[in-house]
Amino acid sequence: MATGQRTWRRPTAFGRREFKWAAYLAVVGFFLWSAWGIGADPARIASGFGRGLTLLGDFFPPDATPRQARRIVDKMVESVAMAMISTVTGIALSVPVAFMAAENLSPKPLYYLNRGFISLSRALNAIIVAILVVKAVGLGPLAGIITITFKTVGFFAKLLAEDLEDIDMGSVDAVRATGASPVQTLAYGVVPQIIPRFAGLSVYRWDINIRTSTVVGIVGAGGIGSVLLTAFNRYSHQYVSAILVAIVAVVLVAEGVSAVVRRRYQ
Amino acid sequence: MSEVDAARSWRRFDRRRRIGRFVGVLAALVVFAASWRFLDMGITNVETVPREIRDLLTRMYPPDFAYAPEIVDPLVETVHIAALGTLGALVLAVPVALLAAENTTPNAVTYWLGKLIVTVSRSVNTIVWALIFVVVFGSGPLAGAVAIAFRSVGFLGKLLGEEIEEIDFGQVEAVRAAGASSTQVLLYGILPQVKPALVGLSVYRWDINVRDSTILGFVGAGGIGVQLFRAVNAFAWQSVATILIVILAVVLVSEGISASARRMTR
Repeated sequence: MATGQRTWRRPTAFGRREFKWAAYLAVVGFFLWSAWGIGADPARIASGFGRGLTLLGDFFPPDATPRQARRIVDKMVESVAMAMISTVTGIALSVPVAFMAAENLSPKPLYYLNRGFISLSRALNAIIVAILVVKAVGLGPLAGIITITFKTVGFFAKLLAEDLEDIDMGSVDAVRATGASPVQTLAYGVVPQIIPRFAGLSVYRWDINIRTSTVVGIVGAGGIGSVLLTAFNRYSHQYVSAILVAIVAVVLVAEGVSAVVRRRYQ
Repeated sequence: MSEVDAARSWRRFDRRRRIGRFVGVLAALVVFAASWRFLDMGITNVETVPREIRDLLTRMYPPDFAYAPEIVDPLVETVHIAALGTLGALVLAVPVALLAAENTTPNAVTYWLGKLIVTVSRSVNTIVWALIFVVVFGSGPLAGAVAIAFRSVGFLGKLLGEEIEEIDFGQVEAVRAAGASSTQVLLYGILPQVKPALVGLSVYRWDINVRDSTILGFVGAGGIGVQLFRAVNAFAWQSVATILIVILAVVLVSEGISASARRMTR
């Protein structure tokens, strides 16, 4: 019997073994090209890590004069305030966008328009948006608020639209069959189905917005980021690490609050 | 039924829940108003925003496509940074994930060390990591790739750690009972169980890293951000538009590749 000579081979995700090796080779080749392309030779990396250790020594211990400490607190409050405002405005703007970007509720042209807007907002990093907004409206927290609002709409409207596409259209039809107007249909047929997710998503986005608001200052859009950049440029490394500790602390608190609230809503 | 019951009207939520919601919304509004007051931005300032943004958009139109050949090199550099950063993160993340998973970490101290690495890496934004590594490696794409790697370690370590916590430990015991060394246990007991997750997560993170590496140029860490920053500072808005379109295209392509690769591993 021929079965005697057959050997077992592990199945592979690629249809044929040759494809598998070709794919692996291509990936390895690409990484080599990348390493060559950005000039990553081992000597440079080694000397860099030596310098990294020196820098780490400069960072410790975190330190700030009373004036610097007050500045950290001041700008951190500005960051948090920016995050608060943009979460509210972002969500308010997301709701209509989400309804128009849900395939089951919106006519086709509106659907594509809003999906396009969502893709645009998601593809552009907050820092890029911030740079453009700063040029348009000037330095300061207003630019940060606009930036974070824009990013919030991309994220929030996308997820909300996906929820809207998953709703039970049966209950929507039931409300409509009682003779409800379109507004009433939305209010009693659609909205109750998405409210729990809505609350969870809002808090989640608030948490992300706090993170974002701590960095947009690097390009002049308000908040603690500006202090960080100045400290870096002056090589006051202990002050830098004090700012970093403050940022990590605030981000952790926001993450904790967000996790607790989301657990209660699920 | 008593008459008292008949007189009671039906309510969707009990009183405690309604009060809780009311307080929640009220608190959000108060914080919103307080934040607005704190940031001290006049309403007049806000009124001009739509006009300024429209002005910026009209200056960007039409995009200057003659500029496109000049951004091919920085674009390739961006892709390299994202690829190498992801590879570096993957190499660093496997040990971190083993430390941060309750069932593979040697003791409580290493567990908390793993958690600490994950948390710090995640709370510090890519651009802040880039600021640090530009000091270490000098400006250029190498600093960018290392920044991307350090930022991604937390993400990969956290999610991979969660995967490791869910593996079937029976298989690990079986490999160990066969007399395997700890390296062999890792290779034959743990790794095969998390391999699909490992591939899926790395591809997902690579996709995020492509977005993130577009901004590294703002702090001198290479990639297309350098070009964008230069064009913005020179008020060459039509070139800016071209760069934005190119970034958008690259991000969408990498999102597509990532989605189909993840579907393959599932």
